[in-house]
Amino acid sequence: MFRITSHITALALACLPCAALAAEPASDAADLRVISVGGATTEIIYALGAGDQIIARDTTSTFPPEANDLPNVGYARSLSPEGVLSLEADMVISTENAGPPETLEVLDAADVDLILLPETYTVDGIADKVTRVGAALDREAEAAALVADLRDTITAASDIAHARSGDSPPKVLFVLGTASGRITAAGANTGADGILKLAGAQNAMTGLSGYKQVSSEAIIAAAPDAILMMDRGGDHAVADDDLFALPAIATTPAGRNKRVIRMDGLRLLGFGPRTAEAVHELSRALHEGDAQ
Amino acid sequence: MTMVADGAVLPLPSRRQRQARLTTWGLAVLLVVSSLASLSMGASDTPFWSQMVTLVQGKELDRVDRIILFDVRLPRLVTALLVGAALAVSGAVMQGLFRNPLADPGIVGVSSGAGLGAISAIVLGAYLPAALLDQAGSYLIALAAFVGGLASTLLLYRVATRGGQTSVATMLLAGIALAALVGAVSGILIYMADDTQLRDLTFWGLGSLAGSTWTKVVSIAPIVVICVLASFTLARGLNGLALGEAAAMHMGIPVQRAKRGAILCVAAATGSAVAVSGGIGFIGIVVPHLLRLACGPDHRSLLPNAALLGAVLLLGADMISRSIVAPAELPIGIVTAVLGAPVFLYILLKRRNTLGF
Repeated sequence: MFRITSHITALALACLPCAALAAEPASDAADLRVISVGGATTEIIYALGAGDQIIARDTTSTFPPEANDLPNVGYARSLSPEGVLSLEADMVISTENAGPPETLEVLDAADVDLILLPETYTVDGIADKVTRVGAALDREAEAAALVADLRDTITAASDIAHARSGDSPPKVLFVLGTASGRITAAGANTGADGILKLAGAQNAMTGLSGYKQVSSEAIIAAAPDAILMMDRGGDHAVADDDLFALPAIATTPAGRNKRVIRMDGLRLLGFGPRTAEAVHELSRALHEGDAQ
Repeated sequence: MTMVADGAVLPLPSRRQRQARLTTWGLAVLLVVSSLASLSMGASDTPFWSQMVTLVQGKELDRVDRIILFDVRLPRLVTALLVGAALAVSGAVMQGLFRNPLADPGIVGVSSGAGLGAISAIVLGAYLPAALLDQAGSYLIALAAFVGGLASTLLLYRVATRGGQTSVATMLLAGIALAALVGAVSGILIYMADDTQLRDLTFWGLGSLAGSTWTKVVSIAPIVVICVLASFTLARGLNGLALGEAAAMHMGIPVQRAKRGAILCVAAATGSAVAVSGGIGFIGIVVPHLLRLACGPDHRSLLPNAALLGAVLLLGADMISRSIVAPAELPIGIVTAVLGAPVFLYILLKRRNTLGF
């Protein structure tokens, strides 16, 4: 008797998923369950009005605040195959560096669509990301409107910023971290380099690519007018005193005038819907001293 | 100990032998139970037992359920068993060979070599021709780690072997030199690495079984199984070596052959394990010590029991690692260290006076 009952229960349980599938109407883009990986990706999906389709996000997706309430699938490069599958998503929209490849293979086998967004730190790059997300979620019209709006606002912000800077763009050193007194700065091909260009500033570290540790002498030689840092707690939040006590920084114009600008990391480097705000804020902060 | 020169034992089993046999049975049962537990639990709450019934009845599973069970959980289970057994047995063999309670598989240079291989693949892989990169894909790191681990052990073995005799002490010291050199080269590569690669390096060092696939299982299973079984045949030699090399030689144990066998088995088994799982610490140290406490230092029971307990422990650690922060995953090296370090400390404090070889 027990055996028969358990068989029936088992059958019923096994049929549940099929029943659920059959009950749903043919999958429509507006019903897609989406996992969003990457801070800017999440911001774009919300900006397109599809925020309620996101069922999970990655560690870096912290804006808008309601994104923080979603389940967290961890870091983009170490997605767990079963963890992602367990959320029963139809689609993963991610920055281009999602991984590891084994997880992506499993997602592919389970027919989860994977949309990878290439990253270039320019206005065109943002437009491209928005367009791709819009196409994936069948929100082309919203995406086109958002692209047009972003192009306008960012270009306008950038024009104002360049006008403020005039012929003498301030030299800015972006400091990612100062672990044990060694400074990790942003070179070319970084989000920091991209946003500095948009904000009419000059990246002080042009000789290197990516985020690298730089020597004190290189910083002294670069003579930045200001230091730009991320304001997000943890080891990035180096107190101003400690920062200006570093010999490399102390001798630079930025060190002498105690000029450090701290901005929200995701807004500053995300290259998403809030980039125009970031350009405005950075440019205003850079030229605050000029008026005084 | 009841052992005599030719390794035969007196007819009456000692208390310790009974204990060892009991431990083996207990661990075997535990292995089966934890394997089933591992298959039945995970981030997704698919009804495992009813799935089993469905399968037994010859019906098809839901496609996603099938992928989760057969392409995610099962290869992961097998990988955990292989890696756990490989690391624990390798640790026991190394502690026996070096007569040092702190010896772990890394002592023969396999870990530093594998680490260098992995780092090189992560950082320099981007410079490979795209066609080759597509072919190797996700297996490039594993392959490089395996080759690196084996190559560095063979180098150390050559350095330490003079006139047909391997000096264990020379090998130990040369291993330190090699680790320093590998550290320097890794440093250069780390300097060259970009942000993403640095994150990859960090995660590789913390270990994970998340990337387990059947291809990886098939490529390491023969090596690990052969090496683990082969190391069981070294038990008598390791028992003899516990008395010192000279004494072992007088007992008629082919010391050089035992050393060579132990080093090769450990390098190949650990190399394979590290290649698929990254850096997983403490299994190789904690498991043999726990077993020596429970049933004595006789390698004839220690080695098989270490294989079983290593597999069970890594399986347990993996279950924690993939459920504690689901749907994300905690690197398994963190779990083994958090569980292993206090246990190790406890053993040390409890047996401060009696812990010996």
